[in-house]
Amino acid sequence: MSGTALRLPWWADYILLPLLNLLLALLATGVVVVLTGENPLDAVTTMVNGAFGSGEGIGYTLYYATDMIFTGLAVAVAFHCGLFNIGAEGQAYVAGLGVALVCLYLDFLPFWMILPLAIAGGALFGAGYAAIPGWLQAKRGSHIVITTIMANFIAYSLMEFLLVNVLIKPGQMSPETRFFAPNAVLPKMDAMLGAIGIAVAQTPLNLSFVVALACIVLVWLLIWHTRWGYSLRVVGASPRAAVYAGIAPSGRIVQSMLLSGALAGGVALNEVMGAQGKLLINFPSGYGFTGIAVALMGRNHPLGVLIAAILFGALYQGGAELTFDMPAISPYLVVALQGLVILFTGGLATMLRPALARVLRVGPRGA
Amino acid sequence: MHALDQIIPIMAATIRVAVPLVLAGIAGLFSERSGVVDVGLEGKMLAGAFAAAAIASITGSVWLGLLAAIATSAVLGVLHGFVCITQKGDQVVSGVAVNILISGLTMTLGLAWFAQGGQTPPLPPSARFSEVVLPLSGLIGQVPVLGPFYTQVLGGQNILVYPTFALVPLAWWVLGSTRFGLRIRAVGESPAAVDTAGVSVVRLRYAAVLIAGALCGIAGAYISTAQGAGFVRDMTGGRGFLALAALVLGKWRPWSTLAGCVLFAALDALAIRLQGVIVPGLGAVPVEFVQMLPYVMTIVLLAGFVGRAIPPRASGQPYVKDR
Repeated sequence: MSGTALRLPWWADYILLPLLNLLLALLATGVVVVLTGENPLDAVTTMVNGAFGSGEGIGYTLYYATDMIFTGLAVAVAFHCGLFNIGAEGQAYVAGLGVALVCLYLDFLPFWMILPLAIAGGALFGAGYAAIPGWLQAKRGSHIVITTIMANFIAYSLMEFLLVNVLIKPGQMSPETRFFAPNAVLPKMDAMLGAIGIAVAQTPLNLSFVVALACIVLVWLLIWHTRWGYSLRVVGASPRAAVYAGIAPSGRIVQSMLLSGALAGGVALNEVMGAQGKLLINFPSGYGFTGIAVALMGRNHPLGVLIAAILFGALYQGGAELTFDMPAISPYLVVALQGLVILFTGGLATMLRPALARVLRVGPRGA
Repeated sequence: MHALDQIIPIMAATIRVAVPLVLAGIAGLFSERSGVVDVGLEGKMLAGAFAAAAIASITGSVWLGLLAAIATSAVLGVLHGFVCITQKGDQVVSGVAVNILISGLTMTLGLAWFAQGGQTPPLPPSARFSEVVLPLSGLIGQVPVLGPFYTQVLGGQNILVYPTFALVPLAWWVLGSTRFGLRIRAVGESPAAVDTAGVSVVRLRYAAVLIAGALCGIAGAYISTAQGAGFVRDMTGGRGFLALAALVLGKWRPWSTLAGCVLFAALDALAIRLQGVIVPGLGAVPVEFVQMLPYVMTIVLLAGFVGRAIPPRASGQPYVKDR
């Protein structure tokens, strides 16, 4: 019996089942910890302490979460239109170019003018890079999974070329640009809160976190409270029904990829203009792929994405903390956990449904 | 003679680079021809590479390492099958999960078990696949042109190279002329028809993902115990995706997939040699552009501007029996 043919109460489908799947992923990770010879319960304690136990820990957790909100939303928006965007990584990378160009060459402007320009630059470059696979899917039927995978590798080579040959700061070896001028760098959260008299620990957490929160609200409004968002979901649910309803799927496909790429561009804001203050090689460091786990765990809902992003931010920060206390455990454990979360909450999302239905004594549909 | 001195090493390097691509490409061919999309080739190869290096370094036997690689990667193949076939989950999501899981898992276990920065201990020559010296090399090696070709391109390769290239005609024969192969292809085009004929869709697809897993394991073992001498972080370096590109470029056919793999390998061998070379009138060759060429070619082909790549009809769709 296929799992989807059963009807479960809404709270079982939207809350209980994802939590159970997450639990399975955590249990599997616990097995990995046992394989490394450490105690999984000690590891959990250390991670929770590292992520939330101090102001610094919370700052780092939210800083990592910022990237994951952006990429999680990017993947989720594309999912709503029935597209699997594996290319958020490459889109964020190319968006870094847009942000860096503004910050490098328009730094004679005051900060309040650079900020919107840099946001626009990142969004434009990210959206533009996502539009290519989007357009090819819509007009030529090229499968978006393959094209976005290929686009990632093209982005790696392209950005490497630009950084090594064009954008590199003259007279240095490592392929990165010069530092941006102080008026072209996002203010850190500790400086901003310090200005209004609230003292917090010094972390890379910066203004882009606020932008990320704004994006959550905007995406929620767009997807669930506009005509356009509705048409997007119709295309995602059934392209043929969309055609009958007078919605052109190809237009929505391109538009959702534009929005997806623009959101992925937020990573460039947080990393390039925020944490680093310069463009450097491979700065998205896998956050585009983490976005897949975040979107799947958050069930493609902006609120779910927020919760999942903070959880993953905490895992990143807690994982970094683990290394100090338990030398046998590395931050890569969190990467493995990401894979397991994608496996259990994505690929095996409905595995527990029949069992859950039996426990809750819900019969098959129509019975 | 000067041009020949350049060409022979490039040809030899092309073959060396092509081996894991061909293995993974044929792996993907079996899986996708049966209707199971496999973007997890990369992860399976990486798992194989780790298992081979770890076991070879512990036991000192390169063959046990190869066996471990095949077993590990086959288990991942079955896991992919469980998600895609039994649980009818999303095939792309499952592949992505395998890639990310293995990237993290190999480093986590490598660091904990060997404490060498995530690498496995460097393998001595006895625990690696060494080069094969073909018979009469000393004699034929004296012959101009043919000699270097015989000793460096045909010979001078390790033992895994030969079965890899023999695999292509084998896959062509199996998929094109055997009952099993025809059924694999049928189940990728129209599983309902196969089911109606009383043949198990589930069994055929599991067989296909198992074959894919085993072949990826060999590819991984080649990378860590023949090309390299131990496991290094993410050492497959996107080869699984390159193989996927070759598969698309080869339109899901064995010989043209081989051609795609060899083309990409030649580009790679060329790119290394072109580093810093000044072309008159053009300046230095940007190696990055040579590197991105395979991916650009794949997108152009998928877009249907040059030819058209049409995947097996039922690929990506779990099979649900009608009742």
